[in-house]
Amino acid sequence: MAGDRLPSRGRIDRSRPLRFRFDGRDYTGFHGDTLASALLANGVRITARSFKYHRARGIIGAGVEEPATLVELEGDAASGNRIATTVPLVEGLSARAVHAWPSARFDLGAVNQLIARLIPAGFYYKTFKWPDWHLFEPAIRRAAGLGAVPPAFDDSYETRHAHADLLIAGAGPAGLMAALVAGRAGARVLLMDEGIEAGGSLLAHKAAIGGRDALDWVAGAVAELAAMPNVTHLQDATAWAYREHNLLMVHERAPRADGLRGRGWRVRARQVLVATGAIERIIGFDGNDRPGVMLASAVQAHLNRWAVRPGRRAVVFTNNDSAYTVAADMAAAGIAVAAIVDSRASVPGTARAQVRGIEVLPGHLVTQTHGARGLRAVSVTAGGRSWRIPCDLLAVSGGWTPSVHLWSQSRSSLRWDDALSAFVPDRPAQAVTAAGAAAGATGLGQALRQGAEAACAALGLPAPEVPQAEDAPYAIEPLWTVPGAGAKAFVDIQNDVTVADLELALREGYGAIEHVKRYTTGGMAMDQGKTGNLTIVGAVAERLGLTPPEIGTTTYRPPYTPVDFGAVAGQQAGPVVLPYRHTPLTAWHKAQGAVMYEAGARWRRPGYYPREGESFQQTVDREARTVRQGVGVYDGAPLGKYLLRGADAGRFLDLVYTRPMSGLRPGQGRYALMLTEDGLIFDDGVCFRLDEGRFLVSTSTGNADAVGQALEKLLQVERLDWDVTITNITGQWGNATLCGPLARDVLRAAGTDIDLSGQAFPFMAIRDGSVAGLRARVARVSFTGELSFEINVRPRDLPALWQAVLEAGAAQGIAPIGSEANHVLRVEKGFLSLGHEVDGTADPYDLGMGWAMAKGPADFIGKRSVLLRRSSDRPRRELVGFRPVDPERQVPEGAPLTPQGRKEATEGFVTACVRSVVEDRWLGLALLMDGRARIGQTAHVRLPEGAVAVTLCEPVFHDPSGERLRS
Amino acid sequence: MLLIDCPFCGKRTESEFAYGGPALAPRPDPAALTDAEWVDWLTVPPNPLGWVEERWWHARGCGAWLTLRRHTVTHEIAEVRHGR
Repeated sequence: MAGDRLPSRGRIDRSRPLRFRFDGRDYTGFHGDTLASALLANGVRITARSFKYHRARGIIGAGVEEPATLVELEGDAASGNRIATTVPLVEGLSARAVHAWPSARFDLGAVNQLIARLIPAGFYYKTFKWPDWHLFEPAIRRAAGLGAVPPAFDDSYETRHAHADLLIAGAGPAGLMAALVAGRAGARVLLMDEGIEAGGSLLAHKAAIGGRDALDWVAGAVAELAAMPNVTHLQDATAWAYREHNLLMVHERAPRADGLRGRGWRVRARQVLVATGAIERIIGFDGNDRPGVMLASAVQAHLNRWAVRPGRRAVVFTNNDSAYTVAADMAAAGIAVAAIVDSRASVPGTARAQVRGIEVLPGHLVTQTHGARGLRAVSVTAGGRSWRIPCDLLAVSGGWTPSVHLWSQSRSSLRWDDALSAFVPDRPAQAVTAAGAAAGATGLGQALRQGAEAACAALGLPAPEVPQAEDAPYAIEPLWTVPGAGAKAFVDIQNDVTVADLELALREGYGAIEHVKRYTTGGMAMDQGKTGNLTIVGAVAERLGLTPPEIGTTTYRPPYTPVDFGAVAGQQAGPVVLPYRHTPLTAWHKAQGAVMYEAGARWRRPGYYPREGESFQQTVDREARTVRQGVGVYDGAPLGKYLLRGADAGRFLDLVYTRPMSGLRPGQGRYALMLTEDGLIFDDGVCFRLDEGRFLVSTSTGNADAVGQALEKLLQVERLDWDVTITNITGQWGNATLCGPLARDVLRAAGTDIDLSGQAFPFMAIRDGSVAGLRARVARVSFTGELSFEINVRPRDLPALWQAVLEAGAAQGIAPIGSEANHVLRVEKGFLSLGHEVDGTADPYDLGMGWAMAKGPADFIGKRSVLLRRSSDRPRRELVGFRPVDPERQVPEGAPLTPQGRKEATEGFVTACVRSVVEDRWLGLALLMDGRARIGQTAHVRLPEGAVAVTLCEPVFHDPSGERLRS
Repeated sequence: MLLIDCPFCGKRTESEFAYGGPALAPRPDPAALTDAEWVDWLTVPPNPLGWVEERWWHARGCGAWLTLRRHTVTHEIAEVRHGR
């Protein structure tokens, strides 16, 4: 057994043993353990396989910095990508290593190590280009995945919004001290810490504060904070993102006693204190990832906090003073420390004094590690001589890197600190300060003082009293990689990035640090370069003959540690995210068995009303035929409607439409297009003048909000001095639209005081009156090409109106019509549909609607750009109709047209294809390059099963002169 | 998530607003411009690392179109005004 449990000490409860399962084997640990400490205590050395090469890996860290052992929790607590050193052990916990199959001990993917030479940095970009990436993608994705998504959707999450005078990230000595100062002053404080317990670094090593054991001081501080109503203190809660204007995202895992799996906090803080500590970094040498190689601080934490001895015979490799305390703790715990290998030529006496009796080798380097299934020895070199020291544990310290992730996410700047050989917080970009190790403090006393000062500065308080604590000396001489480090020397252990990868990136010209990151993937993903980012910066600087500040850092990105999606979404999941909009007739439609569609803008509308024994196509044909031959009615309530009022409403509409509206007489309307300023069709619709000062604008259903936004913008930004008021009245009116040659008879039968004759009430007119005893506004517009009356009433009157017209039309065989039939009817007539023909790239001429462009000198939005485009004779995609040569051949909407149906660049696409009831065959519309000139010719739709020949024609198949809709 | 101080409603979070693009110069008289000048006005909005002026619509609030002066690095908002 390589590791074992010490008989006393530690913060575990030996009276509470817990059973757990890892990679299919059963173990026991204690309350207070993490999954990682329990595995180490059970002597499990190989706990993971690496991301790319599937190398055997063990536990390296003691907290969020752990780069190797990511696990997937199974069972009720299912969750992916958990860091083993941060998973509290609970009874019955079941976990498995994420990259390994079938297990970390025996992993089939390890074969990748044999081809490591073939998969260097950037191999995706170079290797998988032929014949195409998609051939390789599934296998790569399966091999490369970081964990799996839990099998079931879990809704036991919530989000909470909070405000604070001071948000403190980190409950180590600096954070706790700041919380005490701020809390005592009565400020609203939120203290968030990622650990299971408060205390930060104090949990891992022995220290004294104010003459007492530091952990007694921590317990006292936690108790005092708990008694303050103005302080909220959360543990196991990570501030994972620092957003604009001091908004912080916090992920609280398993909030105690609330029955929740997680909670997301969005905190808007007046002031933020980053007290996130520091992380020890790795050194690049061959085999620095072998199970048994750990960060020195992690060895110390496991000894002191979890009473676990991770090895029996150890070597320490360091470039700084902090590892000497660790060596002393190891010796005291009964670990034989064979040597302290220090890369510095001389070691300070204060460091040596801590490790009397242990051999110190100044000016030496560890160049390699050995051992098949875990560490057996390390190679040490100095002065050209090299030898092996047997050991089963190597404690590495490359120095301390302040955790500036949150600080940097706030866009605040960093500066290089030569004494620390690290980047530290410099100028804040928001209301944020840093304290403690995150700010570059190296001593405990200094951390406490900085915490107190930061709280005072943030809240404008007088200087408080701070308990005394020792400031242990810290000195470092940077060592990023050892000479000769290559393809087995890892600088990002999680993403399997080696020194050789860095050198390859530099050789290939990726010298900027952001390029190095992208090319090698170093510092990406969940790890965010916690243990290796600065090592990468230092190694690149060394190789380019520059200094780290000349290289700079990459951008730190959220999340700092993995976050459950559930904690982001909270209750905003499923149908709650975007609720549907319903018309007053939804219940009726459903009772009739209508199949409901989304009609745009989240409106639900009937797609079709199937009858007993009908196929889908039979239903659509029947409904379409009903309109062409008799009369149908549809629920048009979702259509967008705006009311424009004011003295300047007319000239405002002249500016936004392609045809002038100011000349309309009351009761008269006109169809026109709205363009964007770059001369493309934005929307189409009918505008009516209701009276001298009021206009009614109708828009496409799905585009109503966008039109409202554009009209308001033009008015408020460009024409603020014009007298126009825009009101969205979409929801103020419901409507039943009668359509078909018998529509007039039905409306008359329903009873109306409006003169329905063609002379008194022509096409494109609007009349107020009563219909079936209800106050109504009736418009003669047509979306189907047939005689049509849009009867608008108050929404609460719509069910009554609907019943009245159905009863009035019973003799004529009236039937409700869904959007499928409407689609057939509008395609037969060649009417435009947003999202089909109007796809954001077409201008009026492309769609054969040059007639809708006013010819006078007056300006309107988009006119100049259309004319500019028309002044070029470059061919454009133009609207055409088509009939498949085989009349029974349906063509999918969106299918590409290519020359002769060959595999070539497309020359257009099918915008619509329907089974026509007037021609009893399939036909459709398409946007085709230079299409107008090709009418009468044959074109080809390219489909996976082969080319489909179609004959091109005018894009109107029914009543081209418009007699029927004007009748 | 920005915190935008609407002159009518006070401080509101970004989710109440819709971004409306960079603040272009006032719409010129198209007839008075050359093609090149028109294209320049239409398609070359400023995109500096630093202070920008941009439009935001208080869509889920009072409906006002606002012009913001915002720093693209720090997101500091120096000014919010109605209209242009």
